[in-house]
Amino acid sequence: MSHISIRELNVFYDGHPALRDVSVDIPDRQITAIIGPSGCGKTTLLRCCNRLIDLTDGARVQGSVLIDGVNILDPSVDIIALRKKTGYLAQRPYPLPMSIYDNVAYGPRIHGLRDRRRLDQIVEHCLRATSLWEEVRERLRSPAAKLSVGQQQRVCLARALAVEPEVLLGDEPTSALDPISAQQVERRLVELKADYTIVLVTHILRQAKRLADYVIFLYMGELVEHGSAGDVFQNPRDDRTKAYLGGEVS
Amino acid sequence: MSREAQDRLAAGLTVIAAILCLVLAFGIAVALLVKSQPILATSSVTRLLLSSSWHPMKGDFGLYPFIVGTLWVSGLAMAIAVPICLLTAVYISEYTHRRIRAAAKPLLDLLAGIPPVVFGLWGVLAVVPLVGKLAERAGSFSTGYSVLAGGIVLAIMIFPIVISVTEEVLRKVPVEARAASLALGATRWQTTKHVLLRAAMPGVFAAIVLGFSRAFGETMAVLMVVGNVPAVPKSLFDPAYPLPALIANNYGEMMSIPLYDSALMFAALVLFAVVLLFNVMATLVLRGVEKRIA
Amino acid sequence: MSARRLEEAFFRALMIAATLLVAASLFGVLAVVLVKGLPALTLDMVTKTPRGGYYLGKEGGVLNAIAGSLCLGIGATAAALLLALPIVFYLQDEYGGRSRLAGMARLALDVLWGVPSIVYGAFGFAIMLYFGLRASLLGGIIALCLVEMPIMARAMHEVVRMVPAELKEASYALGATRLETGRQVVWRYALPGIVTAVLLAFGRGIGDAAAVLFTAGYTDYLPSSLTEPVASLPLAVFFQIGTPFPQVQQRAYASGAILLAIVLLLSVICRLLARRSDVHVLR
Repeated sequence: MSHISIRELNVFYDGHPALRDVSVDIPDRQITAIIGPSGCGKTTLLRCCNRLIDLTDGARVQGSVLIDGVNILDPSVDIIALRKKTGYLAQRPYPLPMSIYDNVAYGPRIHGLRDRRRLDQIVEHCLRATSLWEEVRERLRSPAAKLSVGQQQRVCLARALAVEPEVLLGDEPTSALDPISAQQVERRLVELKADYTIVLVTHILRQAKRLADYVIFLYMGELVEHGSAGDVFQNPRDDRTKAYLGGEVS
Repeated sequence: MSREAQDRLAAGLTVIAAILCLVLAFGIAVALLVKSQPILATSSVTRLLLSSSWHPMKGDFGLYPFIVGTLWVSGLAMAIAVPICLLTAVYISEYTHRRIRAAAKPLLDLLAGIPPVVFGLWGVLAVVPLVGKLAERAGSFSTGYSVLAGGIVLAIMIFPIVISVTEEVLRKVPVEARAASLALGATRWQTTKHVLLRAAMPGVFAAIVLGFSRAFGETMAVLMVVGNVPAVPKSLFDPAYPLPALIANNYGEMMSIPLYDSALMFAALVLFAVVLLFNVMATLVLRGVEKRIA
Repeated sequence: MSARRLEEAFFRALMIAATLLVAASLFGVLAVVLVKGLPALTLDMVTKTPRGGYYLGKEGGVLNAIAGSLCLGIGATAAALLLALPIVFYLQDEYGGRSRLAGMARLALDVLWGVPSIVYGAFGFAIMLYFGLRASLLGGIIALCLVEMPIMARAMHEVVRMVPAELKEASYALGATRLETGRQVVWRYALPGIVTAVLLAFGRGIGDAAAVLFTAGYTDYLPSSLTEPVASLPLAVFFQIGTPFPQVQQRAYASGAILLAIVLLLSVICRLLARRSDVHVLR
């Protein structure tokens, strides 16, 4: 039973098609990797899943993205509740201009939680889940911007987890990190898939091979092939997939 | 002349221009100081700034009522303008379609170019009578030429600059900041309050300071509606006499009464110093903001 | 529904109200002056100078002020351009852009930008006294030039800064000198912006009353020489509104409308130029 169902999704930027007739089901509690050459629409597809596409001037979206049966592209849908369900990790870590504690507590706070003890619990829980707790417990009040890039990305992950989402969306979440931090983030994501549906955009094939349970391959805005990681990587059906996996196209 | 020689000559001219610029800035300060010398020789700075006694014929040049008048009017203008401009700038920056945003900029520039005297005309025609009526309702008497009238006219004059600068500063906050907050399910207002304004705070502050110093130094529009009575205003409905208006109104007599011209030059020096302080502060902050984001 | 939905709706309404207030007040200013001024805007106003008794309501027009403002504006803008252009070129990296002098010059420009025009008037007046000049066209030009120069320099600096470094490098790589690059490349690329800056400064200059109050004087005659006082539109407005006669006050609005028309026309020209001339701008 899949959480996210995408049906005939079309996205246009100022009239130019970026995604064409994409239909696919994203499996529950697995890591799904969206792969493909640059400019193929991976990030666009991802950003439709929590309607961050709305932030892009000139973007027009047609079709439906169903999360738990509800089409989130419908203008009448409650965007805020939706976004609580989907956590988002951007490529470049963007800590909010506040302390580490406040960064993680931001989500729960804006949704109305004021109880100090509950907030403390949530902050600790999420920082532990991203194995950052031991590193920062002494300086929760210092600005998050002072952390290293790898730590910042983990704070962003903790921040995303704090609102108790069901889905985690990551847009190349490790590409701005050094190899060690990248490894740590990858490990966290693998641990988290037991409880969350994770969708990752990545242009690093080896990362996809390491992490993915399910693969979606996009090429020039079209959904070319999708299936379990084993199937797609071992026995790609389409020539374009073979070319991409073979390194002929990047 | 060879190409190199021409190049060097041109480069030399640019250096001279830069030096002239510096000379000019210093020159103004120096000239005002020199012209203020006579009056500074007879009264101390504190007496000039704090005395309320303004009797030029007797040699009394207490600038206190004028300074207070300036502060009242500018302060009121800021009190009116800041909330309105912040709200408008946020609206334009965060809530409107980009075409409206693109149209707003040139429109604001256009409105920023309206000559002060035109604002003064409007003030005399529309604001002064309104204030008179308001005063009646409030139980006190006013001709309408008052601090309130000056504050309203000034506030509207500085709308364009404060809105422009604030909107620009808000736009400079990277999209990722908004994405990060909205992705967590925050409303746009929450994102604005907790993330954007916090990130843009130094720039917004600088915009406000710029607006204030513009208000402080404005002459014509205020002069036409503020009453020009040399007394410390006790209420919003009282007339005031800001420093710029003082200088403007009395240049005719200033040569005939001893030390009057020097006193007015000192007033100009005070204006210069205050505005200088605020503007340099604001510009340094704005440059710092640019450097941090870039 | 939650408190924050209400908060969002509340602030949204507040924002819209604020924006409408700003728009309404600014357009209100324009509307009021135009509505009051247009009825009194006769051909006479624009073509005649004040005759005897003009200020008591009799014949004449404000041609003296229109011509005076134009002379002041053109003179001051030309003078300001002579100073602003070299400074802006100096601030580029390949000239002195990174030197201490440049840093100080930038600060000085910021200082000058913020000086209230009344202070420039007072300063101009002090200078004139020192040199024994009286209130005249020349005095007014000097004071207005001081007002316009920082505005022009700031606007031009923004434009010249935007010239891509790669473009200039391409020119230098071919062996051009800085002067040649400046004239052939930078100038051409930045020309629309430079013209806009000049027009912007011109518009601010003719609208300014405080700087010309002491330095240009006033007269009922057309500008005749640099050493004679000259009238200006803002002062014409100011003096006419100060009289007790309604017909003369009407004429103040008409003069205001003329001034507005000139300034708005300049703005529109700026916009049109900016749009039409990005031929050379790389995207």
